[in-house]
Amino acid sequence: MMIEILSWICLTLGGLLGIVGGVGMHRFPDFYTRLHAVGITDTLCAALFLLGLGFQAGLTIASIKLFLIFVFIFFTSPTSSHLLANAAMLGGLKPVLSNDDIDNSEQLDKQ
Amino acid sequence: MRTIVTACLIFLFWFMLSGHTGTLLLTFGVLSTMLTVYLAKRMSIIDHESYPFHLSWRLLGYYFYLGKEILKANVDVIKRILTPGRVNISPQVMTLPAIKKTALGKVIYANSITLTPGTVTLELSDDEIKVHALSKEGAEDLQKSDMVKAVPENGELFS
Repeated sequence: MMIEILSWICLTLGGLLGIVGGVGMHRFPDFYTRLHAVGITDTLCAALFLLGLGFQAGLTIASIKLFLIFVFIFFTSPTSSHLLANAAMLGGLKPVLSNDDIDNSEQLDKQ
Repeated sequence: MRTIVTACLIFLFWFMLSGHTGTLLLTFGVLSTMLTVYLAKRMSIIDHESYPFHLSWRLLGYYFYLGKEILKANVDVIKRILTPGRVNISPQVMTLPAIKKTALGKVIYANSITLTPGTVTLELSDDEIKVHALSKEGAEDLQKSDMVKAVPENGELFS
């Protein structure tokens, strides 16, 4: 029962964080900042999902596999993020830079 | 020595994925392990990079530290996303020194920066690292943080 509750807390929180990542992707002004919003989905959201599923599976082979999935995401997701950012930079996409707050609509007009 | 440990690890991996205990399937597992190790030896990819044994214990401690950093950064970025009104961000590009002796150390450092939400590595050169940060506060935190020192490196355990 306790484990059931913990599992559902993790799954719900993970789902909510996925939504937050999506919202961030729409609210942020340019490619590079959107990459940061996706970072949430990459790390905490995925980890919470796998933890929640692990609680459901208990101490079985399935949870070992879930842990392995976590390890692979942990190593590959920063590599792919870095590749995307590096490709955008080499392709000549200039990041929106600012020393103070950014007005979202103003930045979008400039692009 | 390294070959034997690699073979044991691969067999353990096979067992964790399959979970079979029958004699026939175990024999197949041993055979496929031996074939894999033979091919890996022929390709000579069993070296200190594919198998960073010398880092193992320090890596464990480092992952705890990294997990804490990732949690903190996540909370910060989530707050920025959910704040209503104007988006409270101030994107920055900065160059940090990457004072690491080995390629592996540099890669772990660059990957850790990217893994932390709010900072993404744009470019990694010989001794410098170009980072895009979501906010000024995040950039300052990264400049002040001792992450570069926390990253484990070749030979630090045994030398």
